[in-house]
Amino acid sequence: MDGRQSVRAVGPVVIDIENITKDYVMGEEIVRALRGVTLQIRRNEYLAVMGPSGSGKSTLMNMLGCLDTPTSGRYDFNGRNVKDMDDDELAAIRNREIGFVFQTFNLLPRANALRNVELPLIYAGIDPETREERATQALNDVGLGDRIHHKPNELSGGQRQRVAIARALVNSPSIILADEPTGNLDSKTGEEIMALLEHLYQRGNTIILVTHERDIAAHARRTIHLRDGLIEMDHAGFIPELDLETAATT
Amino acid sequence: MKRFLYELEESWKIAAAQMRSNMTRSTLTALGVIIGIIAVTLMGTAVNGIGIGFDKSMSVLGDDVLYVTQWPWKPVDDWWNYRDRKKIETEYAEKINHIIGATPNSNLIVAVPTSSLMRSIRYRGNAVDNVFTLGTTSDFTVTSTIDCKEGRFFNEIESQTGAQVVVIGYDVADALFPSESPIDKFVLINGQLFKVVGVNARQGTFLGLFSWDSMVAIPLAAFNKYFSSKNAADITANPNGAKVQSDVRVKVKDKKELTEAKDELTGIMRRVRGLPPDQKDDFSINEQQAFKSTLDPIKNTIAFAGLFITGLSLFVGAIGIMNITFVSVKERTKEIGTRKALGARRRTILLQFLIESTSLCLLGGFIGLIVAYFMCFGIGKAFPSFPIQFSFGLVVASMIVSVLTGLISGFAPAWTASRLDPVTALRYE
Repeated sequence: MDGRQSVRAVGPVVIDIENITKDYVMGEEIVRALRGVTLQIRRNEYLAVMGPSGSGKSTLMNMLGCLDTPTSGRYDFNGRNVKDMDDDELAAIRNREIGFVFQTFNLLPRANALRNVELPLIYAGIDPETREERATQALNDVGLGDRIHHKPNELSGGQRQRVAIARALVNSPSIILADEPTGNLDSKTGEEIMALLEHLYQRGNTIILVTHERDIAAHARRTIHLRDGLIEMDHAGFIPELDLETAATT
Repeated sequence: MKRFLYELEESWKIAAAQMRSNMTRSTLTALGVIIGIIAVTLMGTAVNGIGIGFDKSMSVLGDDVLYVTQWPWKPVDDWWNYRDRKKIETEYAEKINHIIGATPNSNLIVAVPTSSLMRSIRYRGNAVDNVFTLGTTSDFTVTSTIDCKEGRFFNEIESQTGAQVVVIGYDVADALFPSESPIDKFVLINGQLFKVVGVNARQGTFLGLFSWDSMVAIPLAAFNKYFSSKNAADITANPNGAKVQSDVRVKVKDKKELTEAKDELTGIMRRVRGLPPDQKDDFSINEQQAFKSTLDPIKNTIAFAGLFITGLSLFVGAIGIMNITFVSVKERTKEIGTRKALGARRRTILLQFLIESTSLCLLGGFIGLIVAYFMCFGIGKAFPSFPIQFSFGLVVASMIVSVLTGLISGFAPAWTASRLDPVTALRYE
């Protein structure tokens, strides 16, 4: 293993999940999307969540992102119990603690890059001057300092995702949650985005990457494999050559 | 609080951007509100105007004048009790004045007799039929506010001698003397020559209610001489078969003591009629207020019905706003999801869509108000007699109505949006 693949010394626990389950009612049937997942994520980790569709990957991401609450189990975010929070408290957690990066960028089409990045700051109640200053800084950090007044349709796909990353960063969240961040990009641009995430990780950010692509997951320092609502494998680094079944038995 | 202001500002920006980018849609939707506001505003001005018209007509009666009449000024069910009452005679005025003069601290000032009849008036080739012809005394000016545009009201000497002089209303003057001054001209009333001594200033008519514009006044002595039989108290069959209507009007000293004055006048009238104490009054004493309380329900009914019907058009506009806001919520479900992921609370989303629907309504209301203003202006020019009144209160009211329309019609969609589950919303395509 080279240095890049090693698990670095990490900080305190940010996400502490114990035996969480999530059931959905689909008509008559109850779908058990998560069947008891236990997971700890520490500050300054770079984690990839992998798994085939239907494995509970999206459900787990929604839980981690505080977009949804588990049916049972324990979920502490920075020591605060998230499970019993109401919608507005969850909104506050999402606003301050989590930076979302979506596959489809999810920028507001009629707002320029600066206003898009300012949005989480508005919801946090930051005054206009500080807002502009911090949003500009975040855009500089992703290399878009010269594009702050461009609207999304005046930017390339890679640039749009950079705006989205700047938006995720701007409130200095505890984690950055990237859901298939390169899914809508060509592989070259995708690599640029991955390089940017690597850079952010090196600067001390905590990154959770949800993906089904092995070479994207390969950028992470720790990988979780989900299958049928359970963690099948949780290991440091990425072992691309190993067959999953073989890895599970070793 | 600060955060709320920032969210508010952001919502305004979004609403403006939304309207700009969906120009056609916004315009069409706002059109519903525009039409609604025009309808309601015009109705409001009309209702205002009706009220003013009523008051104006009523002011002819004077609020400090009591009217002694055979019939009361209010609808009666037992009309047969009134039908056989004795007529009011013009001579009563003299008797009443005599008693007033003999009473210290009387609440009454003077009694003025009036007799009236519909007559035709002609001057050279011009003629006006069915003119309300009033016979009265020179004291009439005490009981009624009459402004003469030209000339004067007839004086006491003319009044007592029954001089053949006439004061004509504005419309009568206009019809008979389209291009010259009527003063000192002789007009023919019922074949008798009368000299015009005065022309009343224009008063304006409304809904066919009483107005000075279409009447003429002559001394009572002359009236009795030519238009009625010797005894005016009889059901006077004059040459044309029309009936003379006689009343006595009494000016009150202080209109705050109208009730006392009324009681005093009742006593005087009972003396004049020589009624024994056990007999009921066989006359009615009326004041403007009685007339008003009969008219007010009519006015209110018109106002209510009119505003209700025009309100329906605003309601249709509101449905349009509600519909478009629902569409907007549906279209932007993913955006709502994104905003929620970034930390927008329910209140923020609710506020955003409420502001969108409200600003659309407010814009529509504003345009509607401007259009209504010009329409009022046009109607006022085209039909000067129609009392239309555009007031500042109306502007404020219609703006408030616009905002309320926006809030009410936007609430259901905005509420739906605020309750959206962020996971579902984010996944929505």
